[in-house]
Amino acid sequence: MSQQEYVLLRHRTIPNLNQLEVYRENGGFEAFRKAVTSMTRADVVNEVKNSGLRGRGGAGFPTGTKWSFLPDTLWPHYVACNADESEPGTFKDREIMESNPFQFLEGVMLCSYAVGATEAYIYLRGEFWPIAQELDKRIDQLHAEGFLGDKLFGTDYSLRVYTHLGAGAYICGEETALLESLEGKLGQPRLRPPFPAIAGLYGKPTVINNVETLTNLPMIITHGAQWYRQWGTEKSPGTKVFSLSGCVNKPGNYELPLGTTFRELIYTYGGGILNGNKIKAILPAGASSSIITATDEALDTPMDYESVAKLNSQLGSASVIVVDDTVNMAWLAQKTVNFFKHESCGKCTPCREGTYWMNSILQRIGAGKGQPEDIDLLVDVANQIYGKNLCALGDFSTMAVTTGIKQFRADYEAAVRGDQGRSPGADRELSPASDNNNADLAGTAGRGR
Amino acid sequence: MNEILSKYKDEVERILAKYPANAKRSAIMPLLYLAQRQQGYVSRRQMDDIAEIVGITGTEVASIAGFYSLYFEEPHGRYHVQICNDLPCAMHGADEFLKQVCAFLGVGVGETTPDGLFTVEAVKCLAACHRAPMFQVQEGDALNFHENQTIELFKTWVADVRQQAAAQQAAQKVGAQ
Amino acid sequence: MANLVTLTIDDKTVTVPAGTLIVNAAKEIGNDIPVFCYHPKMEPVGMCRMCLVDIGRPGMDRATRQPLLNPDGTPVIQFGPKLETACTTPVSEGMVVRTNSDKVQEARKDVIEFLLTSHPLDCPICDKGGECPLQNLTMAYGPGKSRFLYDQKIHLAKHYPLGELIFLDRERCIQCGRCVRFQKEVVDDPVIAFSQRGRSLEIITTSEPGFDSYFSGNTTDICPVGALTSTDFRFAARPWELKSVASICTQCPVGCNLTIDVRREAMANGRAVVKRIMPRQNEEVNEIWICDKGRFTYHFAESGDRLKTPLIRRNGELVKATWDEALDLVAQSLRSNSANLVTLAGGSLANEDLFNLRQFTLGLKGRLIQDSPMAGGEWTARVGLGAGSNLGALGKGSTIVVVASDLQEEAPIWFLRVKQAADRGAKLVVINARETKLDRYASAALRYAYGEEQTALAAFKPGAVVAEDARAAVDAVSAAENLVIFFGSDGLGIAETRSLAATCSNLLIIAGHAGKVNSGLVGVWQKANNQGAFDMGFEPTDDLAAAISAAGVLYVAGADPAGQSSALAQAVDSAKFVIVQELFLTETARRADVVFPVQSFIEREGTFTSGERRVQRFYPAVAAMPGARPDFAITAQLAQRMNLPIQGRVASLALLQIAETIPDYAGLTYPALSVSRPQHPIIGRSDLYYGGTSYENLQGMGVQLQPQIQTGHWQPAAQPESTPAAALQTPTAQSGEVWVVPVTRLYDQGATVTPSTLLQARMAKAELRMPTDLANSLGVAAHEQVNLELDGSLFPVKIVMDDCLPAGVATLPRDVGIPLNGRRIVKIQRIAEAAASLRGG
Repeated sequence: MSQQEYVLLRHRTIPNLNQLEVYRENGGFEAFRKAVTSMTRADVVNEVKNSGLRGRGGAGFPTGTKWSFLPDTLWPHYVACNADESEPGTFKDREIMESNPFQFLEGVMLCSYAVGATEAYIYLRGEFWPIAQELDKRIDQLHAEGFLGDKLFGTDYSLRVYTHLGAGAYICGEETALLESLEGKLGQPRLRPPFPAIAGLYGKPTVINNVETLTNLPMIITHGAQWYRQWGTEKSPGTKVFSLSGCVNKPGNYELPLGTTFRELIYTYGGGILNGNKIKAILPAGASSSIITATDEALDTPMDYESVAKLNSQLGSASVIVVDDTVNMAWLAQKTVNFFKHESCGKCTPCREGTYWMNSILQRIGAGKGQPEDIDLLVDVANQIYGKNLCALGDFSTMAVTTGIKQFRADYEAAVRGDQGRSPGADRELSPASDNNNADLAGTAGRGR
Repeated sequence: MNEILSKYKDEVERILAKYPANAKRSAIMPLLYLAQRQQGYVSRRQMDDIAEIVGITGTEVASIAGFYSLYFEEPHGRYHVQICNDLPCAMHGADEFLKQVCAFLGVGVGETTPDGLFTVEAVKCLAACHRAPMFQVQEGDALNFHENQTIELFKTWVADVRQQAAAQQAAQKVGAQ
Repeated sequence: MANLVTLTIDDKTVTVPAGTLIVNAAKEIGNDIPVFCYHPKMEPVGMCRMCLVDIGRPGMDRATRQPLLNPDGTPVIQFGPKLETACTTPVSEGMVVRTNSDKVQEARKDVIEFLLTSHPLDCPICDKGGECPLQNLTMAYGPGKSRFLYDQKIHLAKHYPLGELIFLDRERCIQCGRCVRFQKEVVDDPVIAFSQRGRSLEIITTSEPGFDSYFSGNTTDICPVGALTSTDFRFAARPWELKSVASICTQCPVGCNLTIDVRREAMANGRAVVKRIMPRQNEEVNEIWICDKGRFTYHFAESGDRLKTPLIRRNGELVKATWDEALDLVAQSLRSNSANLVTLAGGSLANEDLFNLRQFTLGLKGRLIQDSPMAGGEWTARVGLGAGSNLGALGKGSTIVVVASDLQEEAPIWFLRVKQAADRGAKLVVINARETKLDRYASAALRYAYGEEQTALAAFKPGAVVAEDARAAVDAVSAAENLVIFFGSDGLGIAETRSLAATCSNLLIIAGHAGKVNSGLVGVWQKANNQGAFDMGFEPTDDLAAAISAAGVLYVAGADPAGQSSALAQAVDSAKFVIVQELFLTETARRADVVFPVQSFIEREGTFTSGERRVQRFYPAVAAMPGARPDFAITAQLAQRMNLPIQGRVASLALLQIAETIPDYAGLTYPALSVSRPQHPIIGRSDLYYGGTSYENLQGMGVQLQPQIQTGHWQPAAQPESTPAAALQTPTAQSGEVWVVPVTRLYDQGATVTPSTLLQARMAKAELRMPTDLANSLGVAAHEQVNLELDGSLFPVKIVMDDCLPAGVATLPRDVGIPLNGRRIVKIQRIAEAAASLRGG
């Protein structure tokens, strides 16, 4: 796939795609019209099943299959779009919603039609306030143009789409916490079962899909499942937006076929490692990743769900954080654990207390006050957290710790000795990073307006 | 007398219309934003007003306001400078940028400048990992990202803000006379 | 019968109804899976993670959908990779649960260790120490040593008042959420909640007053650590020093089962004193809950103002006397005035007291009067709840009608039980003149104008024309499999409540529900034993003043008519000879010729008959106040002097007399009242992880009486007695006048409430609540002090605006020192104007 062929980031080759006329000139809303006027709901579900599209929020669950869990005996059905993008290292949904908003909205609408929902909520993280403002305007436009509202295209199908802003809580990216938050409650995960497909928003069957997942839909419905399968692998078809960050020269979003290798992403597109340093490790799924040592074998591994799993890690949301050899893994864990400590909702004991404990150990190691036995204690605490919580946040918090100590124990030993090396970035020239698509935007304020 | 209802009647109705009639509680978060708009924080009184609108207790509203980090229960600087120093940003010097900002403004993290204009905060990932260092700030009604920052760019922005604030103050004085 | 499921827990097989949670199935076979957040009275949340167990399920071949079998034919049990929470997982057929594997033991140790990282470990000074689930489970499962650096422990507020009643220790809180869930799910007062998140998660309240709920004390019982303590009990005693005694609450007709925890104290010269009141489990009465009034109002019994010796009037003054002097004086007076004996008894007396008063009075051909603003007890005796009724069993198919009662204020635990029945699917019909909290759970709420309750009920008569807005209510009643009717006295007087009881009874009789289990009429009386007083033959009278002033000898026990109004005080004054049995020197006692000091309910034994007509026994918890005697004994001692055979040595013998004399009470004995039955859910027993030590009920569940229609002692007339169809003519309030109705508030200013200074801030005040329109037409402003003119006396009241009230009516709480015993037109006098007119005059 050349950089000029996009399924999701089409705005990069089509100027002003965030304007309705331009989007429509480029086939916009024809997929939705086609679905509503000439396809049954089952047709849409089947097309998406056949495309092999898997959820882009992290879990990689087949999208069409997820939809088919909603029982036709319980109504109404709801669609909740997860636009709570908050994982450190993830910034793909933001670009999609800012720059290709209509394709995203059309995706929401197609999903709603497919599951028979007449109301859809887009749950955006609170910091995406300007994006929500823009989306609201665009939703109004779609109402005015007859793409949203009652009896669409003269059929019996009616649909309304609303935005709902979160307010600074990573946990609301967890689908049941998102539903709680949308219902005006504390964003704490629910017990499962029942699953959202049976009892979700307001106790009704609900499908929750990520922004990127939904943005694929207009293209799949327009061009068909087989067209979509020209990219990617058999089990992980299609393209994926890889958010590349960390110690690379050209951090940014790259839409590439699933199965592209780490090496290609980091060196061909990402411009290689900052300051000519040596690559040390990769966090393929943001701060919650199991760390991968950047061996040649790892670098040549295709980035699809199955292959990354073989490296004992996860592709997740494909937020690839590159770590170079100036970074001490104890420092890195201090950052990730502090994040999860801050974002633990506090519901489950092991996560609430364990992230706090790990954080305090890592803080003292970072402050040069650690003891050699702290390293094993850290591993113990991480293992005590793992597998004992309602949701995955607790497990996530342990990943950088356990996989880091396993592969880079010497880093921790050095840190305990008070030799953490340089603080990353401290000696770096504080010049704006060159962004692959917004290289000329250094120091600009505001977004998408 | 419900101040939020009387002041923002149309907006309250628009917010409530988004959710099913028996799920008014969903409106808490947007209503908290609405309440916060003017003063930059939500008062106890406003929480009780919101509680009345959605039919729950003031304690439950306070609970929501406390859980989510974008609601403030106390006044702070007019410009809440929130610098992300999470992992990817830190690898691009965000910690250092934070230090420089604090040194320049003469405050510690979490503190407000004596003129009441700026409060500096270190925050978690803001989905701008590729444009670090960066900060987010509430400017009037808006919430803006300032990306690909250097301390020089930051100083320029501060100068602009201070100039605007001074101009505003002068205008207010004139208006008062 | 529910479907049964058989599973194996640690090699023991257990069969339980489908839907049972593993934690409860295990409890049935004595396996106490440790929990913190789980509570059997609330929905599981699975957040503390203490109950993690290994769960295996029979394997299934995905392709063939056939069970996987081992070579020996037994099913293959597949265990998941992760442990699961026993508190959230329902049992399933063939399930195998391991609660004692290394993995499970390890997990328990891990969770305890996590909890202790933030815990202050201040057990030696903690009120919960000794009955603390965290302490107990740490001893059982925790690591012996902490690896968390003590110096890095988080420090938080240790004495944070959530209000005047409940304190929070933020360091001890383990965020289990039981208190928050109790307030939300169980009692629907979500006035405490979690704020912040992660390790900063904390309990907050913003209500005014703080933690504004009548049920707040229960959170201190269910808190599994010492985070929530009551102002009353904190730092007062260690649990292991306490001795528990069974009792019954005296504050309302629910009859909550209590445990009184006492301790001998040096400060009391080695006598036992009450340290706290706890709920005692009785699933048919109060489950494991009590209201704060019941929990915190025992202080009156220990008041220094208690009477300690008999008093007799000498030369116009009340002076101390010996018992014999006082008893002899009464006997002497009775012999000369006995033709005109009038006995006035209050609803707080025990059945034994009331029975002896009855026998004594009838023996002297006197008249029995009950001091109660509410009548209708003959109807609850006839068609009360069928024996064996349990409000906790009402659900789908049942209908509960509540008429003229603000149940949360008048009988909080009934409010709770009715709400929960509605939660379970029972239909609730609320018929009131004003909005009450119960309306929230009503499937139909009917509103009538004060004075027109009979008109509202006419819709339920067979063949009545039903207005559209009453349709749902009428349908709910006619479709009911079980029908329970609560009637109260909101805005009503004696005559009106008597008619109301009759109308409600007819409804039950006509619909065929009278005398059935889980159906019947319940009176929401003012006191704990009004029902017993009715059953012993005491009737309220419409003209108490006339009855009192006609008395040759007025014998008052547990009542204070002179304290209620100046008219009654005058009536007492005009009685020739007045005998008073009392705890305190009341207004009536001040006017008496002889005053006998009595024992309070914590010092003696006896029985009360609750509004559900359940006779329950209370026991002596502390030594009697020296000089005081129980009411029944005093009456018996008087009887002895009058040659009447009345049992007064012990209460149990008095009950035997009752059983012989009062047909409804036939067969009752103290041993029968003391029979305990196993309670479900299992809360007490030896395990302590549901918190508190005193839930266990070993002293008896009481006996519910059969209504007379069930025993055949009473039969309805072929034609139901006619009751007034419509209100009496309603006069119109003139200028400067207003209709005022008496309403009951939980924290009244009665003699048993005011000594609990803890409740001072929450007590009902002399406030006249009215809608804004009415205040405007009267020309009074919010918070203004005005004078209310009643029977020639002026009473200062404060005006409070309340637009939830119906138009044209003001409400005034009962028992705030203003004698309003029914709906009345009263004059309002603005104090400023009165002063002006004085000056002008």
